[in-house]
Amino acid sequence: MVTALSEVPQKTLEILEPWRGRKGFLIPVLQAVQHTFGYVPKEAIEVVSREMKMPTAEIYGVVTFYAQFHLNPRGRHIIRVCRGTACHVRGSLKLLDKVKEMLKVEENGTTEDLRYTLEPVACLGACGLAPVMMIDEDTHGRLVPDKLGAIMDQYV
Amino acid sequence: MPTYRSHVLVCGGTGCIAGGSALVQARMKEELAKKGLDKEVLVVQTGCHGMCELGPILVVYPEGTFYTRVQPEDAAEIVEEHLYKGRVVERLLYRPSEKLESVKHYNELPFYAKQNRIALRNCGYINPDNIEEYIARDGYQAMGKVLLEMTPDDVISEIKKSGLRGRGGGGFPTGMKWEFCKKSVSDKKYTICNADEGDPGAFMDRSILEGDPHSVLEGMAIGAYAMGADEGYIYCRAEYPLAIKRLKAAIAQAESYGLLGRNIMGTNFSFELHIKEGAGAFVCGEETALMASIEGERGMPRPRPPFPANKGLWGKPSNINNVETWANVNPIILKGGDWYASMGTEKSKGTKVFALTGKVKNTGLVEVPMGITIREIIFDLGGGIIDDKKFKAAQIGGPSGGCLTEEHLDLPVSYESLTAAGAIMGSGGLVIMDEDTCMVDVAKFFLEFTQAESCGKCVPCREGTKQMLLTLQRITSGKGTMEDLDKLEELAVMVKESSLCGLGQTAPNPVLTTLRYFRDEYEAHIKDKKCPAKACSGLIQYLVSPDLCRKCGLCAKNCPVNCISGDRQTPYVIDQSRCIKCGTCLEVCPFKAIRKE
Ligand SMILES: Cc1cc2nc3c(=O)[nH]c(=O)nc-3n(C[C@H](O)[C@H](O)[C@H](O)COP(=O)(O)O)c2cc1C
Ligand code: SF4
Ligand code: SF4
Ligand code: FES
Ligand code: FES
Repeated sequence: MVTALSEVPQKTLEILEPWRGRKGFLIPVLQAVQHTFGYVPKEAIEVVSREMKMPTAEIYGVVTFYAQFHLNPRGRHIIRVCRGTACHVRGSLKLLDKVKEMLKVEENGTTEDLRYTLEPVACLGACGLAPVMMIDEDTHGRLVPDKLGAIMDQYV
Repeated sequence: MPTYRSHVLVCGGTGCIAGGSALVQARMKEELAKKGLDKEVLVVQTGCHGMCELGPILVVYPEGTFYTRVQPEDAAEIVEEHLYKGRVVERLLYRPSEKLESVKHYNELPFYAKQNRIALRNCGYINPDNIEEYIARDGYQAMGKVLLEMTPDDVISEIKKSGLRGRGGGGFPTGMKWEFCKKSVSDKKYTICNADEGDPGAFMDRSILEGDPHSVLEGMAIGAYAMGADEGYIYCRAEYPLAIKRLKAAIAQAESYGLLGRNIMGTNFSFELHIKEGAGAFVCGEETALMASIEGERGMPRPRPPFPANKGLWGKPSNINNVETWANVNPIILKGGDWYASMGTEKSKGTKVFALTGKVKNTGLVEVPMGITIREIIFDLGGGIIDDKKFKAAQIGGPSGGCLTEEHLDLPVSYESLTAAGAIMGSGGLVIMDEDTCMVDVAKFFLEFTQAESCGKCVPCREGTKQMLLTLQRITSGKGTMEDLDKLEELAVMVKESSLCGLGQTAPNPVLTTLRYFRDEYEAHIKDKKCPAKACSGLIQYLVSPDLCRKCGLCAKNCPVNCISGDRQTPYVIDQSRCIKCGTCLEVCPFKAIRKE
């Protein structure tokens, strides 16, 4: 995710290459763009629009529809606190409040040092361990507010 | 293949990995090598056993010894004692309670005794990354039987005979759906697997994909053969990275074995399978929205008809089934539709997987025959309510579902009985609530969810859910009126009747059932300004009991907004105007001197 903005057009072209002439490309391409840059830069949208002959408005429509896509840079680590039902009845709201307080960010906010982005999520599918949060691709379960600090410190 | 005297199965499901099972596995291998046992004992990573609450789980075969909460530090002892000296490590066995004996074997666990694992047959038994293990447990035999001995019509009639109904929520008869698609004439057809698993509180699809991905691939290939499709998609939530990884590996392996791709098993049947990652929109679990999403558009539902069986993905006839539905196909083909239909109730056949979560002792996945009672699920399999508190409600069917109460505990579970009680089967998420759960808060919780997930296409869904949510927020903060209850009901009926897709049509259900069964709780919030479960922060106060307070000051030190004052001379008091009701003081006070009212 350290790719410089100047490299966006070139990298986006590389991502597009295997998709030329195929249908259903937009979401996988945007996923790859987001994976590469950590978000969907407007420069990338311009390249997709030009190369694939698709109006930018249509691309923005898709980007803003799906919760997964982000138009602004995000933190190096994504903290997803589960707000699903099983976690809710086991106190996930308190956990979310605690994380917000520790990071001094609101939901979907990013810390100033770009270290963390905090996102609530509907269910992580580990309801047996409720309450649960996921940092990047690691799942942490049976959480109590006291454990949070030690877990978050592992992600620099 | 070399033979081993023992197999050590380490759970590699998401729950156990979160508990550190990957390290347990690595340490087991190291310790075995140290003892020179690595040629005699094989360590295998499996999928979820369903009992994630007790994870990380480790099972030693052939004995079937079931170890729970295993930590990396325990590896040396298990190797030394169990695998070297043949003595069970007592302290790692599961003990249902202090009074009861510990349980040595898998099949002695009450949690498993009432289960009948068909869709979950391989989860926890095989290494999901190794196709050979799937094949060793009759994998791809059903496909062989279908391709070599059965016509597409035979397959459909077997599925119809089984009575299998869609496990993704709607409960539509699977055989009939396949028949519609088969009868649709076209040069191109698709089969799709719905692995979007949007219901918060359900994780059976995830466990199947992670623990037994081939069962889904095989089921889809059989469906494709029956309906005349040659291409398929699995649409999987992006929140399930491990499931996606295992699916990719499974597809690659099946292709290299000639079990997917061109001319499968030397016949002229071909089937190509792709994975599509979801992008985080609940409504994309709805079948027409899901297809729009695969096509690269915004995932908004389309009006039906036309039905997918006639005009689905890219305008071609398509069939979509849920993960669990697909996983049931192979056993039905191998053992026959009559066998499957011999289980369950008159109209709901076979078994169903439930995700048992919330305030129940044994959370996890259970697969039980239809017709079992809610009481058996919660109290026999689930072990009852945590801390033996009082059961209040079971929420079933997620944001589209409803609540069941004490009076429904002996209801035999089926699609029909649940609908009659105002709930739905849904995907099988069963969240147990106790006396500390506020039912108005639960209704509000679900509306927050559906309101945020409404795609916005229809006004009643978009605006109606917003109005309902605002009303509920008023009630839970003590500002509601009795007229609000009538208004809620009116809005609920309006949203239900005039929305296009299932999201809007079912969004009011949690409100309607809680109003039906827990009206007194709503009234307590409105008339007495009290939350009987003491859960709604707007209606509770934290107070220091002077007679219990020993003036240790821990509460004041830990209060995030510094609203507690006092010292060794002056009594501690909470400034109610600044208190944010976080509950920290109650948790940290060593003398139970803080109370909630
Ligand atoms: C808002 C909404 C969300 C849905 N989410 C899912 C889902 O996550 N998984 C699923 O299998 N079905 C979901 N469904 C049901 C599907 O539309 C469809 O009925 C199902 O995939 C058909 O498969 P089945 O017959 O095997 O159940 C959803 C429906 C609606 C209206
Ligand atoms: S009912 Fe709601 S979610 Fe469904 S199409 Fe209408 S607005 Fe979208
Ligand atoms: S509930 Fe929280 S904010 Fe209120 S007094 Fe206790 S610690 Fe402070
Ligand atoms: S509800 Fe939190 S993981 Fe499912
Ligand atoms: S993840 Fe190990 S038992 Fe569920």
